Amino acid sequence: MSAHSPIDQIEQPASFAFDAESEEQIAAILAKYPPERKASGTLPLLYVVQKQMSRQTGSAWVPRVAMDEIARRLEVAPIRVYEVATFYLMFNTRPIGRYHLQVCTTTSCWLRGSDDVVAACKKATGISGFGQSSADGLFTLTEVECLGACANAPILQVDDDFYEDLDGPRTIELIEALRRGERPTPGPTIDRMNSAPEGGRRTLTDSPAKQG
Amino acid sequence: MVKVTVDGIVVDVPNGSSALQACEAAGKEIPRFCFHERLSVAGNCRMCLVQVVRAPKPVASCGFPVAEGMEILTDTEIVRKARRAVMEFLLINHPLDCPICDQGGECDLQDQAFGYGADHSRYQEAKRAVKDKYLGPLVKTVMTRCIQCTRCIRFATEIAGVPELGAVSRGENMEVTNYVEKALTSELSGNLIDICPVGALTSKPYAFTARPWELKRTDSIDVSDAVGTNISLHVRGSAVLRAVPRVNDAVNEEWLADKGRFSVDGLKHRRLDRPWVRVHGKLQAVSWQDAFVAIGRRLDGVPGDRIGAIAGDLCDAESMLALKDLMTALGSPNIDCRQDGADYDLSHRAYYTFGTTIAGIEDADALLIVGSIPRQEAPVLNARIRKRFLAAGRGGFPIGLIGAPTADPTYKAELLGEGPEVLAALRDGMHPFAEVLKAAKKPMIIVGHGALTRPDARAILASAWALAAETGAIGAGWNGFNVLHRAASRVAGLDMGLVPGKGGRSAAGMMSGGVDVLWLLGADEFHTAQIGPDTFVIYQGHHGDAAAARADVILPGATYAEKSGTYVNTEGRVQRSFRAVMPPGEAREDWRILRAFSEVVGHTLPYDTVEMLRERLATVNPVFRVIGGLDAVDASALPGPTGGGAVSSAPFRPVFDDYYQTDPICRASPTMGECSRIYVHPRTVAAE
Ligand code: SF4
Ligand code: FES
Ligand code: FES
Repeated sequence: MSAHSPIDQIEQPASFAFDAESEEQIAAILAKYPPERKASGTLPLLYVVQKQMSRQTGSAWVPRVAMDEIARRLEVAPIRVYEVATFYLMFNTRPIGRYHLQVCTTTSCWLRGSDDVVAACKKATGISGFGQSSADGLFTLTEVECLGACANAPILQVDDDFYEDLDGPRTIELIEALRRGERPTPGPTIDRMNSAPEGGRRTLTDSPAKQG
Repeated sequence: MVKVTVDGIVVDVPNGSSALQACEAAGKEIPRFCFHERLSVAGNCRMCLVQVVRAPKPVASCGFPVAEGMEILTDTEIVRKARRAVMEFLLINHPLDCPICDQGGECDLQDQAFGYGADHSRYQEAKRAVKDKYLGPLVKTVMTRCIQCTRCIRFATEIAGVPELGAVSRGENMEVTNYVEKALTSELSGNLIDICPVGALTSKPYAFTARPWELKRTDSIDVSDAVGTNISLHVRGSAVLRAVPRVNDAVNEEWLADKGRFSVDGLKHRRLDRPWVRVHGKLQAVSWQDAFVAIGRRLDGVPGDRIGAIAGDLCDAESMLALKDLMTALGSPNIDCRQDGADYDLSHRAYYTFGTTIAGIEDADALLIVGSIPRQEAPVLNARIRKRFLAAGRGGFPIGLIGAPTADPTYKAELLGEGPEVLAALRDGMHPFAEVLKAAKKPMIIVGHGALTRPDARAILASAWALAAETGAIGAGWNGFNVLHRAASRVAGLDMGLVPGKGGRSAAGMMSGGVDVLWLLGADEFHTAQIGPDTFVIYQGHHGDAAAARADVILPGATYAEKSGTYVNTEGRVQRSFRAVMPPGEAREDWRILRAFSEVVGHTLPYDTVEMLRERLATVNPVFRVIGGLDAVDASALPGPTGGGAVSSAPFRPVFDDYYQTDPICRASPTMGECSRIYVHPRTVAAE
């Protein structure tokens, strides 16, 4: 199934205008490109839109009127923005829940138990399948490809944050915390720092000076 | 030049050519989908694979530049296998629904599958299906058939200048769409149908109408504008089912405007198929003989100068000359081919034709458009302007507009002002665009009928010429002065002098009671209320439009599809069309009607065959002798058109506001009517 439903099936807002915070970001972004190459700003501006929508409506997505606004700003045809926005799965072209649960199910994560993470997500949110949102509108579950954090598999990306080394119960705990409005610290959910071994360092424990 | 060997044949090709072009130069046909010589190279279908000696793998020849001494092999086992593999991939998701596909019989995919397709598929999985898209009333989509060659996207973006199509999503989910389900806003959208190599984009009005092998093809000329687009009329039985463009690089390349393509369904609606005479205020069907007698009776005793004739926009040169000769025989100086009231200086052809030529636009380096909207008046010519604009790159082809501000002309143009005062400012050097014109080596000026259909037309024409002369637009080897016509018949009419003779009345003069008997040869583009209430009107034409309703006698004539005719386009290029079908019922070719009538009134016109008539055309003006070609005119020694008088300050107005409803044929066409409702009067659609 296409990740982007036909445009006519989505309720679109009537208008979109950048707020002050976004304008500040846009100015910084466009300063990076020569004026006649400002079309390069398409990708970053799509992020700006998605963030602003999240701030304003609680749903991080890119409505079509916002794409039109980007096209106007960058002086490109609107279709060129539609193409970019729909090419990258990181842009949501339809409304999503407040929390975007993005489960990696690629090989490493799958071997390390991503099936349990998926099941836990469904259980904790009541969502029955990928691409759907929970009845309370809080969560949207999406299946994603390798997030590039295989060493800490399995991964659940919530909005922009990676929660790593998950299993079923810890996933449920995480979702419950989100539901309470908390944002647990991203990173490994087990006792380790970044990708270091669980429980602390196991190699190179001596200092070189001692060895000498 | 680079020397390349293709399958042992040595060819010389220009630097920067692609391997595909080299293969073609060697006479080798290379299969292709995405490559199109008038579009940018995408290189995404891979059908054009060839082998280049010492290259590690087959290369896509359309995007592979040649190098000195390169050896290309087009018919090796590796090449064949590679193409077969590409074809297998293309067919994975293709529905193979040829029996219900309108492209069947003229489909590149079908043809190439014949050469490279397997007799079975190894693909067991479900095929993808793509939802059809709405692109408006002209282009039908069956997007599951799309092979994603992106030709349509490139055509819309590059040629038509309406970047509305794109490819959204990616991989398996990629779809060609405009994303917004709105009608394409191009007057050239029909060309998408030709450019799509498969049956994804087909003609909506022509859907499920005929198979290409059932059709008889006749060369013709599009009369919906004055470009003279070369077309082919496709006929089954007695019906013209479609019009498609023929290639003519000097005129239309391979494009055709939507009005010319899709108005053909108007050829069979509201036709006049028998003579009528008004008796006691009511039109009655009569025989030809009775109709002629009725006219003859009415003419009896009417002095020549109380008789007049106006020729319309779609007329062929033959019938116009017959009309002119008839009027001369009747002693009438009241003839006119300018029903829109335009005024020209006819003392030299350079004053009323498109001197730069259409192909010549590609050499120009600055352009000023005065009182014209080429996008609407001549879409195919407008595509040439856009082509030049793109080729010249950023700022390389500055364009200035004087006239009503309009929707996107499809190129960057600066609106200099709306009325003739800007011309004066340009000549005084008061306007900065004057510098642009002066700095250009080959500037060109286009004067349209927004400027030429006003009382001050002659003064504007003269000052536009003067500006051209002053800015170096007219010189040895370059003629940058252009009149853009919009009526297919106009230049031929002017060439034969179908304008009021000594003491004769113009179209407007004839209408307002200036004559007692008025012969309208397909002239419909005016309000019939203008015609004096006591004027006896003879309407000779093919459609029951407004003028026929006002007529006292109706003589049913032939459309451009039903006669062999000579047309002169805005450049002054004489072209000939052939008869595709017979006129309906008792309708006859127009020159024959005039010839037959002349006998009734005892002024038999001196030609019995169309050949004799054409011989007479060539004596009237030798330009009619050269068909298809165009001699370069050296305008540098010309004094310029004369014309004084006051220039009004009124802004230039567009010559029409509905592109889809400009002549009797398109007003009778259901398709054009729908286009008009969707594009020009969208609010009424929403209200329905
Ligand atoms: S619709 Fe036709 S022209 Fe357009 S990408 Fe598909 S196959 Fe090519
Ligand atoms: S496989 Fe999941 S992060 Fe790489
Ligand atoms: S024709 Fe060369 S890749 Fe399509």
